[in-house]
Amino acid sequence: MTKFIDKDKVSKNMSSRLTKNSILKGIFFLATLFGLVVLVVLLGRIFTQGYSHLTWDFFNNFASRRPEQAGIKAALIGSIWLMISTIVISFALGVGTAIYLEEYAKKNKLTNLIQVNISNLAGVPSVVFGLLGLTVFVRLLGFGVSILAAAFTMSLLILPVIIVASQEAIRAVPKELREASYGMGATKWQTILRVVLPSAVPGILTGSILALSRAVGETAPLIVIGIPAFITSLPSSVLSNFTALPMQIYNWTGRPQEAFQEIAAAAILVMLVFLIVMNSVAVYIRNKYANRY
Amino acid sequence: MANSNSTKAMSVQKMIAENKSKKNVSQSVEKIVPVALFLLAAISVLTTVGIVLTLIFETITFFGSVSIIEYVTSTEWYPFSEANGSYGVWPLVLSTLKIAFIATVLAVPIGLASAIYLSEYASDNVRRVIKPVLEVLAGIPTIVYGFFALTFLTPLLKNFIPELSTFNALSPGLIVGVMIIPMIASLSEDAMSSVPKAIREGALAMGSTRLEVALKIVLPAAMSGIVASIVLAISRAIGETMIVTVAGGSTPNADWSVTDSIQTMTAYIAQVTTGDAGFGTIKYYSIYSVGFTLFLFTLAMNMLAQFISKRFREEY
Repeated sequence: MTKFIDKDKVSKNMSSRLTKNSILKGIFFLATLFGLVVLVVLLGRIFTQGYSHLTWDFFNNFASRRPEQAGIKAALIGSIWLMISTIVISFALGVGTAIYLEEYAKKNKLTNLIQVNISNLAGVPSVVFGLLGLTVFVRLLGFGVSILAAAFTMSLLILPVIIVASQEAIRAVPKELREASYGMGATKWQTILRVVLPSAVPGILTGSILALSRAVGETAPLIVIGIPAFITSLPSSVLSNFTALPMQIYNWTGRPQEAFQEIAAAAILVMLVFLIVMNSVAVYIRNKYANRY
Repeated sequence: MANSNSTKAMSVQKMIAENKSKKNVSQSVEKIVPVALFLLAAISVLTTVGIVLTLIFETITFFGSVSIIEYVTSTEWYPFSEANGSYGVWPLVLSTLKIAFIATVLAVPIGLASAIYLSEYASDNVRRVIKPVLEVLAGIPTIVYGFFALTFLTPLLKNFIPELSTFNALSPGLIVGVMIIPMIASLSEDAMSSVPKAIREGALAMGSTRLEVALKIVLPAAMSGIVASIVLAISRAIGETMIVTVAGGSTPNADWSVTDSIQTMTAYIAQVTTGDAGFGTIKYYSIYSVGFTLFLFTLAMNMLAQFISKRFREEY
């Protein structure tokens, strides 16, 4: 009598396959934890290095060649100026482009070209945007090494992210809302301005804030357009010279003295708090105003 | 009576007239707005055109004083002696490739393993915790990573590799790897999650273990998305600037060592612009030729990624 199923063999085979499964599951899990561990080590290390320097003087002093007197006043204020100018420019460009692509553009080769171009632009290294900023804004248009030149450069850098986020938010507004508006006799622009945009705003804001938090931490374009790291005055207009947090951090990082490493860590802490606040605001908006239709 | 009637008629006529003028205004708004918005949309295209044109024009100026053959074939990069500088881009390219290679070796296995864990094993709750952590990792500014590589990882690695110099390729390479892990993990997870459940259930019903489903069913099915995510991540590693500028040093070497100081294409651009490249010098134009080379590298990688995900996508 032949055995069709050798139960011993099957269970032996099966158990080895199951062991393999659970071993690799463990390995996969550990690999996933790797990122978490690096994050904890990185944050812990920077915190222990920098927190003792977070004094009132640190926020209220300008940069100095002596580490005990060095502060981030100019960099902090400069970063805020840069952020606000970047918001205004990138928001106008990004949302305008998204409205055009979603509401007006016909599906033709030109629209396709713009769309492909946007996704390609997202893959261009930030240092190349710096070269564009240096050539076009600093030299060609004569903005000089100013907040305006940096803000335009940063805006173009984060433009693809804002466009894509805004497009998704606009696309998510249901057709019925538009049709109801048209049914009441509203024109297309009235419908967009009073119906589509208000319901898309939370999505647009979420994406834009995330993009902006990227701009706050970007260093390479600032270096390339030639932002100074050592400055002892506050900007008075968008055409002023200025410095920004990442630039200041880069400058301190490059100095050999141990004390400058520590104040670099302190400045990094300030910048990370900035980013965490911005990201939390984005998450808050996403959760609070998430559209339910 | 007649009086009030006439005022009524007057006001109705007025209303009609007013409405007409309003209509005219809104009609012209309807015509202007699309044009204005199109101009805004054109700026993104103009940006690309601007990037390509500036790079090409300044690069042509550069090749006016340095031969393109020397640029491509020479293995020496000494741009700082104006008299007899040597402009062979190979050391910069080699350093860039070293960084990208080290980063890829670290990030691909870890990123893929995370993607498999998240899409095939993790419960919804675990995924809800881990994905935001990965997003935080992706959102950390690269200057912070550079600082971490220089002040933490390099001293740590020196304990194991005594001949490691303060500036080297290994430490920034590994940190660039950490930086691109979230990208590989989340894009690959998207690709794997879009493989339909029915296929998994079919395999499980035939007696496969989860591991066999993941490796033999889901992975091959999601392969195009996974490969595209890896290519994109390598492109990001090639274009990364701050980590390699801070922790990699500024010595363009044409050897294969990973323990010595290096200089990548991006780090060169940062170094020259920090020292305020005198406008009009060969050194000034050389940053554009290096930038153009870098642009071509990343453009090729991005196009390859798009091609792979389009051409080899499995439709369900």
